Amino acid sequence: MNKTQNNRAWWLVVPVLILVAFNAFIPLMTVVNYAFQETFGDNVFFWEGTTWFEQVLRSPRFHASLIRQLMFTGMILAIEVPLGIGVALAMPRKGPWVSVCLVLMALPLLIPWNVVGAMWNIFALPEIGLLGYTLNSMGIDYNFTNQPVSAWLTTVVMDVWHWTSLIVLLCYAGLSSISDDYYQAAHIDGASRWAIFRYIQLPKMKRVLTIAILLRFMDSFMIYTEPFVLTGGGPGNTTTFLSIDLVKIALGQFDLGPAAAMSLIYFLMVLLICWAFYTIMMRNEEQ
Amino acid sequence: MARIRFRDVRHAYPPPKGQQPVYALNEINLVWEDGGAYALLGPSGCGKTTLLNIISGLLTPSEGEILFDGKEVTHLPTSERQIAQVFQFPVVYDTMSVYDNLAFPLRNRGMDEKLVRDRVEQIAEMLDLTANLKKRASGLTADGKQKISLGRGLVRSDVNAILFDEPLTVIDPHLKWQLRSKLKELHQQVGMTMIYVTHDQVEALTFAEKVVVMYEGTVVQVGTPVELFNRPRHTFVGYFIGSPGMNILPCTIDDGQPVFGTNPLPVQSRIKNELSGKLEVGIRPEFVEFAADGIPVIIEKVEDLGRYQVLTLAHESETIKMVMREDQLIPSENPRIQFDPGHTQVYCDDWVVEEAVNE
Repeated sequence: MNKTQNNRAWWLVVPVLILVAFNAFIPLMTVVNYAFQETFGDNVFFWEGTTWFEQVLRSPRFHASLIRQLMFTGMILAIEVPLGIGVALAMPRKGPWVSVCLVLMALPLLIPWNVVGAMWNIFALPEIGLLGYTLNSMGIDYNFTNQPVSAWLTTVVMDVWHWTSLIVLLCYAGLSSISDDYYQAAHIDGASRWAIFRYIQLPKMKRVLTIAILLRFMDSFMIYTEPFVLTGGGPGNTTTFLSIDLVKIALGQFDLGPAAAMSLIYFLMVLLICWAFYTIMMRNEEQ
Repeated sequence: MARIRFRDVRHAYPPPKGQQPVYALNEINLVWEDGGAYALLGPSGCGKTTLLNIISGLLTPSEGEILFDGKEVTHLPTSERQIAQVFQFPVVYDTMSVYDNLAFPLRNRGMDEKLVRDRVEQIAEMLDLTANLKKRASGLTADGKQKISLGRGLVRSDVNAILFDEPLTVIDPHLKWQLRSKLKELHQQVGMTMIYVTHDQVEALTFAEKVVVMYEGTVVQVGTPVELFNRPRHTFVGYFIGSPGMNILPCTIDDGQPVFGTNPLPVQSRIKNELSGKLEVGIRPEFVEFAADGIPVIIEKVEDLGRYQVLTLAHESETIKMVMREDQLIPSENPRIQFDPGHTQVYCDDWVVEEAVNE
């Protein structure tokens, strides 16, 4: 059989290539450019090799924000995932309450991030905020503007309030796809409530839960707006997570070299962790 | 093991707002003898699955009670009834191996691991699953998964009854035969009560000692396959069982004898004259034969099905099916037929008319 060779169709791909180049590849290359060179303006660059990377990786400041970041992500995942599954399990499967619950769950997701930060800031202010005032009048010494523990708690609670819904909605979708047959069979087999969860509901939720955890990991690892509006990274540096620190270095101190090196390290960390997590979770699926 | 009894059981699913409940089951009084092999036969949507779920306790009937060996269990949850049930579509626990799947119902009841192993291996052997025991259940074909479902039903030896809800729908035909004979064999070995739901008459008649026929939420007849064939108590049974089904023809009664059109039909015993309602006469195609003197018909169609022929005949506006052995001949002109008096039955409002004693 003779195949007609016609490579002109490749031109159809050009628009996509241009789009990808401008929104991903070229910006990334600019960052790479800054990461390996020093500049004093006027578009004059000096080759620096891996100096910036070494500097960032050795810097105690970077270590401190990385540890804060890991703690924060770890905490919110540890709270949001079980809580999200729990709420999804408790939601009704049929009847008029389904839509009420779904709308209520979706509400926090619809609020712009800086508004969430501002809301919680005002809500938690010790003198005038409903939460802050109530806690203090109950005799609990609470002031997130000058107590690191209060600042942390407020940030974590805010994130849980904002994002648990995402996990709930994804898990709920996973649970709704389980047909009644499974529950009936489990009753016949004499399965306990725990066994039903462990052997039916959890496996059926696995895929959506994997996606939910990935999304929550990435978003929380890159979190910027909400803590920036709520605490501005303070008191001191106690809630300065990686993005906040990065912005401080890049735009506050205008250290473009170290900031670019840090961006690349940051990017590679997110990529690596996501890849590893996804690969491990999906390893069993293919067997 | 137990004798299962239904006393005045009715069931209605919750109706949509503002509507009267429609009964999925109308007043059922029925006894399932211990150790029987039953088939529950009826068209889709006639309430078979509802009835099954009431036995296993997945549903609580709106009215009436269920007794196991005289003990009331109507409100007992499924887990306390010792009933095994196999569903139409395979249910497997994806993350477990085939072995763990089969062991699951036993382990949930705290059985000793050594006994579990014996039992699982025995059932796996029977269902040809031995080679797959170590594999993950999710990797099997639909056939394999349904075998696991069957296995989980059969693995418990202490059950009161095993219920099968059209379990072989997803299995391919040649395996169907094999599994059905396996089930029957198992029934003979163990003697557990088995109730097998199906809408396929062949399946029902080959599996069961007794067939329970359901129609629109009512049990219309309980009987052996032969009884269902020879003495259908309801026109639905006549029509549903047999291929082709029974001929149901309008009739009148004159002097204790049914009359079809203008043709009196001989029956074994006299019929009561004072019947009111829709009167019909039923005759199976197997008991229609050509005769020199009888009802004149027109032959519309002859279908040759190998060992026998199915004839479609017409008398005025009525259609009559007839089954004829291959070696018999079709009369060339003026065909006339007659019905075997021993197998001609009269129905009033779809229910058979009990014959009056011959005087």
